[in-house]
Amino acid sequence: MTTPKDCKPVITVRGLSNSFGEQIIHDDLDLTVCRGEILGVVGGSGTGKSVLLRSIIGLQTPDAGEIEVLGENMVGRTEDEAKNIRRRWGILFQNGALFSTLTVAENVEVPIREYFPYIQPPLLDEIASYKISMGGLPPDAGPKYPSELSGGMVKRAGLARALALDPELLFLDEPTAGLDPIAAAAFDQLILSLQHRLDLTVFLITHDLDTLHSICDRIAVLADHKVLGVGTIPELLALDHPWIQEYFNGPRGRAAAASYEHEVTA
Amino acid sequence: MTDHERSQGHPHGATYRVAGSLTITRAATTQREIDALPDPLTIDLSEIERMDTVGAWIVYRTVRDRHAQVIGASRDEVSLLKQVGEFDKPVQVRPEERPSFFRVLTEIGEYISEAGTTLLGLLGFLGATLIGFANIIKRPRRFRVTAVVQRFDVVGVRALGIIGLMSFLIGIVIAQQGAVQLEQFGAEVYTINLIGRITIRELGTLMTAIMVAGRSGSAFAAQLGTMKITEEIDAMRTIGVSPVEALVIPRMIAAVIMMPLLAFWAMLLALIGGGIFVWLDLQIPPLTYIQRLQEVIPITDLWIGLIKAPVFGFIIALAGCFQGMLVEGNSEEVGQRTTTAVVQSIFLVIVLDAVFAVFFSSIGWK
Repeated sequence: MTTPKDCKPVITVRGLSNSFGEQIIHDDLDLTVCRGEILGVVGGSGTGKSVLLRSIIGLQTPDAGEIEVLGENMVGRTEDEAKNIRRRWGILFQNGALFSTLTVAENVEVPIREYFPYIQPPLLDEIASYKISMGGLPPDAGPKYPSELSGGMVKRAGLARALALDPELLFLDEPTAGLDPIAAAAFDQLILSLQHRLDLTVFLITHDLDTLHSICDRIAVLADHKVLGVGTIPELLALDHPWIQEYFNGPRGRAAAASYEHEVTA
Repeated sequence: MTDHERSQGHPHGATYRVAGSLTITRAATTQREIDALPDPLTIDLSEIERMDTVGAWIVYRTVRDRHAQVIGASRDEVSLLKQVGEFDKPVQVRPEERPSFFRVLTEIGEYISEAGTTLLGLLGFLGATLIGFANIIKRPRRFRVTAVVQRFDVVGVRALGIIGLMSFLIGIVIAQQGAVQLEQFGAEVYTINLIGRITIRELGTLMTAIMVAGRSGSAFAAQLGTMKITEEIDAMRTIGVSPVEALVIPRMIAAVIMMPLLAFWAMLLALIGGGIFVWLDLQIPPLTYIQRLQEVIPITDLWIGLIKAPVFGFIIALAGCFQGMLVEGNSEEVGQRTTTAVVQSIFLVIVLDAVFAVFFSSIGWK
């Protein structure tokens, strides 16, 4: 149930509190993400999954608490200090957040140009092109604009941009939301294979039970302004919390578990 | 951290030896150093500590393009090289570019056809609006009173402050500039004629129209455009509510009715501004000022100003709503369409103002 013994923490959140006016989002929340794992974050709507992500990546200043990412303190630091850490992570936003005036290839090149302006254009283009195929996009996607892409392709392009700097840490905000089951499964496999290949640590917010079963090493459950528990699905079920039971043992949860077992034994 | 040695004069080319890390951080330098070495090239990876996909890609492309030989790679490095190789597909990065002559021709053609379709679309939109009006007249119960009143508030009441201030200041400016020029002939008293006629006949309505276009025309385009993107308008249609009746007509009615009222307000404030200046600077007391205004301003001037106002209001609402309904695709287009709506409506207002000026002069309202 607790953090594994051989855990090398990549993200450490201690005593995080967030609120919007009267509304309390997080209250004394703790979470540790270990190197090389895929951590899934689940929770009902409005439990502050996205706010947690925004706090960790520094888009939201928390009311209280300490956040450490890749060994560096994230709270109360200047923009300049943050640059170093931003080079080492990649973020896929929920709706892709591609720059709409740039093509897919240019989107992928943005972070590279920002940090490594001396890379020659031919090499830059080649890097962008292999990142695009790494993101699982077809070869003709490079010169397209985000408005010309389908939902799944926007996510893949967002992933390609998140991978641009060869990050150690990847944040994914509902990567499979809005994708059809086949595309969602393919996206899961893509994340899994990239994680193996590039030795990534993945922080993944999702509602997709199939994703949780098939690729997550551990799952953190957010409820009651806290992390209720972190662990594998059997470990979480042993907690006997009503929401967790409902979530994993509801009809959808059981169906996802069954299909996963089928996949493993087959 | 990287060193490379060049076996100069060696018949077997050069060896590039990397020590430490071969990552994106050193990509530019590494590529430059490799480019400087002669063929046949050998890349020695035995002293490498860390390699990322960019580093692997540089090695991979050197092997691919220059048939370089790689030695001393560990198992991890070999597999990373193989993996990046799998992603080597002919991905197109830049859009295809045609010769500039054709591009200019294409752009001109696109511009003309777009102008044509916009004009046609505007006509079609005007038609749809008129049909909407007709439907409402046929079935008055479909008329949305609350929506219209709400628009009155937004377009009219809330604009009183800014339009009043603007007009007041313009009145002062006209009076001040007029006085300076007319003093040269000892004809300061004609400043009153200038203020009265120009604000009532032209500037009151025109400046109000420009302010309403900037304030409400843009808001119409942005609101409808956003609703288009969030599929609210599609949702309305599927429920059976006509977007023209629910969204466009209340805005049009509001603009058409509020424009003359705002224009009258603007005229009044401009006259007050001018009057205060005349009182303080030329020592003409307010009572004399009002009396003189009555003598010099023909009532037709007021009619001209007030007849133009609803027409301008209609144009502003039409352009704003039309551009808003044209939004498709992404949020960037909302901004573009909003800009276009304001530019179009101000342009049309000024063109129409010129037409009105000629028309009213020729029917003898001078």
